[in-house]
Amino acid sequence: MPIAFEHVSHIYNDGTPYRHVALEDVSLELAEGKITAIIGQTGSGKSTLVQHLNALLLPSAGKVLILDRTIEAGSQPKQLKSLRGQVGLVFQFPEYQLFEETVLKDIAFGPKNFGVSEEEAAKKARTAMQMVGLGPEFEERSPLELSGGQKRRVAIAGILAMDPAVLVLDEPTAGLDPQGTEQMMSLFHRLNRESGKTILIVTHDMEQVYRYCDEVVVMEQGKPKLRTDVQTFFHDSSLCRELNILPPALIRMKDMLRENGFTVSDEVSDVNMLAKELARQVKRHG
Amino acid sequence: MALIEVKDLCFAYEGDNLAVDHVSFSVPEGQYVTIIGHNGSGKSTVAKLLAGLLEKKSGSIVIDGLELNQKNLHQLRSRIGIVFQNPDNQFIGSTVRDDIAFGLENHCVPQEQMDDIINAFSARVGMSEFLDKEPTHLSGGQKQRVAIAGVLAMAPKILIFDEATSMLDPQGKDEIKRVIMDLHRKSGLTILSITHDIDEVTSSDSVLVLADGKVALTGTPAEVFSQEKMLKKIRLDIPFSLKLADELNKRGVSVNRELTMEGLVKELCRLHSNM
Repeated sequence: MPIAFEHVSHIYNDGTPYRHVALEDVSLELAEGKITAIIGQTGSGKSTLVQHLNALLLPSAGKVLILDRTIEAGSQPKQLKSLRGQVGLVFQFPEYQLFEETVLKDIAFGPKNFGVSEEEAAKKARTAMQMVGLGPEFEERSPLELSGGQKRRVAIAGILAMDPAVLVLDEPTAGLDPQGTEQMMSLFHRLNRESGKTILIVTHDMEQVYRYCDEVVVMEQGKPKLRTDVQTFFHDSSLCRELNILPPALIRMKDMLRENGFTVSDEVSDVNMLAKELARQVKRHG
Repeated sequence: MALIEVKDLCFAYEGDNLAVDHVSFSVPEGQYVTIIGHNGSGKSTVAKLLAGLLEKKSGSIVIDGLELNQKNLHQLRSRIGIVFQNPDNQFIGSTVRDDIAFGLENHCVPQEQMDDIINAFSARVGMSEFLDKEPTHLSGGQKQRVAIAGVLAMAPKILIFDEATSMLDPQGKDEIKRVIMDLHRKSGLTILSITHDIDEVTSSDSVLVLADGKVALTGTPAEVFSQEKMLKKIRLDIPFSLKLADELNKRGVSVNRELTMEGLVKELCRLHSNM
């Protein structure tokens, strides 16, 4: 069953001069078992949208359907704790939220909090460490002494240790180096393809959306402007340009080449394929 | 003589584990240098050593002909401004005006001069219209521009950007990159920018590549990006146009390794029509 928003609005500070409508009558379905990118300008409602998925924010109006549950405006959600175990939410810059003395303790905190024994929690934490590529040598280190990229992995492992069915990540690669970004995105890809987890990623990085995501939701001024599959979205630059988004390098290059009289087929989806097509055209003429 | 001369610089956060390991480089006055390297390569540590925020273990840093040491620290610090990564950690004032004034007050700039300075530098970063705004009403890019104005108001000779764009959205990134380019072209400031942004690297005068606390490569962007094997080894990215040029060369199409897509398309068009 897909995740669904039905006429969801969210208003911050309602009834005060700071009233702000962050989501306005949002009806939207998000596919289960896929990687969906949620994109849009700062302030378009992306973060507000995803924070409804584990009832961290409750709708001011409308309802959210997720994993056979309904989160409705005006009523306290039931079994909140188990929902939060099933829907893991990783905030922007989660490394600022690490607090335990050791990496292992920090990661085990979640499962322990959900009533798992100390031993079992440590086991889950070790599995999660392995998933994010942190070796056993990190177990006893202080999370506060790690590099930015390592801290980020500890924070994500803390969520993975609870083995959520849905993983929601708010800008998971912001501030990481290219290598760290790559590792992080391929981790999410693996979690999706191998463990069937539903993954939602709020991001500004179109290169990552193009390479790793299945679907795209574009938010604009508190409303979903567009929902489509990645292939359609990046067929050429036109949709991106319309939305004021810088398309991935490959798409920009394909368009530039076409404008200059080269033939580039739609199937070309990486630099090797592009080189192959171009080589043929240049050589054929030669 | 170079404005910044770093020789055999070493630093360790604890024990003998060198975070900066015998780093040497020099920066001529007026250059725009980008510093790249993976997370944990020592980039930020080098920046903090240069700004006198950390004390070196050994080696030397000479700035503007003066050795950076306890004695000269105060004098040299006024010549170096640093802008950090997180826009929210750098805003001290309750308004844009107050924030820029903060540094001036600390330097005992007379009140009657302050307004002129604030007006001049807020204009320099395009924030004149926002002088009475509070930080909560500013975007990340705007806050970073205020941070830059505050640093410029101190009249430094050297500006260091420590991943100043990495926490910003694409629009904010563009704003800051434009401001940096503009400062470089028009004010003759010497700029050191730590970045992961390939486009920014491409537009700088020279590049310093750090890996595991050591200098892995230095040179112009073209020189550095030509060291493909080395870059791959330390797992750094190269511009898309270079990746494509390399793939074409592998397939027997000889094209220049152009740093921009526009350049490469021109190359290809030339080949296309010459045949």
